[in-house]
Amino acid sequence: MSVLVISAGLQTTIQDRGRFGYRHLGVGSAGVLDPFSSLIANRLVGNADGAAVIEICLGGPTLQFTEAARIALCGAQIEASANDRELPGWRRVDLAEGSVLKLGACRRGARAYLAVAGGFDIAPVLGSRSTDLRGGFGGLDGRALAAGDVLAIKASDHRLQNRFEVDRRWIDPAPDLDFIQPTEVRVLAGRDALRESQQLHAGEWQIDAASNRQGLRLQGPRLALADPGERVSEPVMPGTLQLPPDGQPILLLADAQTHGGYPRIAHAIAADLPRLAQLRPGDCLRLLPCTRADAQRLLDDRRQRLARMAIAIDQVPARSELR
Amino acid sequence: MSTGFAIEELGENALLLRFGDSLDAATNARVHALAADLARDRPDWLLDIVPAFATLALCVDLEALAGASEPLAAVRRWLAARAAGDIGKPQDAPGRHHLIPVRYGGSEGPDLEAVARHAGIDPGELIRRHTHATYRVAMLGFAAGFPYLIGMDPQLAMPRRDTPRTDVAAGSVGIGGAQTGIYPRRGPGGWQIIGRTGVELFDAMRDPPALLEPGDSVRFVPETGPTGPQR
Repeated sequence: MSVLVISAGLQTTIQDRGRFGYRHLGVGSAGVLDPFSSLIANRLVGNADGAAVIEICLGGPTLQFTEAARIALCGAQIEASANDRELPGWRRVDLAEGSVLKLGACRRGARAYLAVAGGFDIAPVLGSRSTDLRGGFGGLDGRALAAGDVLAIKASDHRLQNRFEVDRRWIDPAPDLDFIQPTEVRVLAGRDALRESQQLHAGEWQIDAASNRQGLRLQGPRLALADPGERVSEPVMPGTLQLPPDGQPILLLADAQTHGGYPRIAHAIAADLPRLAQLRPGDCLRLLPCTRADAQRLLDDRRQRLARMAIAIDQVPARSELR
Repeated sequence: MSTGFAIEELGENALLLRFGDSLDAATNARVHALAADLARDRPDWLLDIVPAFATLALCVDLEALAGASEPLAAVRRWLAARAAGDIGKPQDAPGRHHLIPVRYGGSEGPDLEAVARHAGIDPGELIRRHTHATYRVAMLGFAAGFPYLIGMDPQLAMPRRDTPRTDVAAGSVGIGGAQTGIYPRRGPGGWQIIGRTGVELFDAMRDPPALLEPGDSVRFVPETGPTGPQR
């Protein structure tokens, strides 16, 4: 079973949960920017949580399935149709063989995730199937998908009817993902203090068009450090908010470099990484102060919601299995 | 604690051990010694041990530590138990020694003459001094397999270019401030380029993927003769 890429979309990549254990060699984690939406997509189709998915950025690809397939689309609200029948997100969809899945523009949010039952049959590189765009390895030869690519799909446990079927049950992503503007993201304090500490939290930040999987460039009030001296390069992490000399912060995402010399003024909390993944150029962001205890509670709440969703997904078989 | 570092938090899922704030070789040797010791029986939840010049990050898997009431407190306890022993002495530092052949100057080292002028020496003397030193791989960062080498003759130091090049060739050997380094892959870069090596520094399909590892030592060997294959 395979998927033919008819058109590739803006930046469509293979990603899993990321690549770990190689940061000391300068290898960043890569992996899905929105771990919440991608996880639900995998669970809806019965995949393991770590299965590779297709990450779609702003504009989607057109794909043809050689055989019947079970898919789920989560994350950004994206225009989607299969053989010209409109497809909703956050639920199981069964496609008949030869189906053409057309994914258009993301209407709200920036990144949609397509999971296919069985998962993509791609050899892991350094322990992960994620595409490292900067390093040029992993996923499909370290690059975004291109027209003409063929992606092999592993055999799935499900026995599918060769028919089009949209499950009427769906997952509500709120409150984890609500697409309300301005997006609110909570941050922990960083090592380097600002001259006016409230400046980071007071105003709104606009997402610059030069943002990518490496980081979100934020435009807003020009920030100044309490201590503007030079820094020695130190490890940084996805979520770290760096302040370059121009006073406009950069919020690092999954493709971030492993080390950085810019001051670190804050860190976005893990529970809010999905919201950051969904920010589009021009969107507005508020950065709210947060304590470590609150960050942990928010992540625990997320885990509990995901556990409840997993039970709901498992207890309600898709109709094709009932027959 | 005998190893003498301060512990900071780097966001929610990493601790940063700070040995100092400078670029000196002795501090860096202590970073690598502790990194090597901690890597020896690394628990599953410790995803990455990331050395830098004077700091060492410990990155943890929050999901694997989800049962802990405070994940980073659990890491601190593990670290305290490990660091209570006699570990992290610089003489424990492993590290292999590498000889890297370099073709200096010409189209492969377009900034060689500018760096020599900046240092007030002739290009031959620059090459002699650059190949004379033994460097330590202080850290790998910026890009996969990019080594930051310390131990360069201070007279060769030169600031990065005002405008970074958009296209630096793979294998380019450069000077950025007081450091020297090698670009593993073609791409943009702001360091002063003085030569090029044909040695492949990083190949994700190779085991180990990076030729140089943090804590290794390096010497450059001047290479003359026909230019090797371009990558």
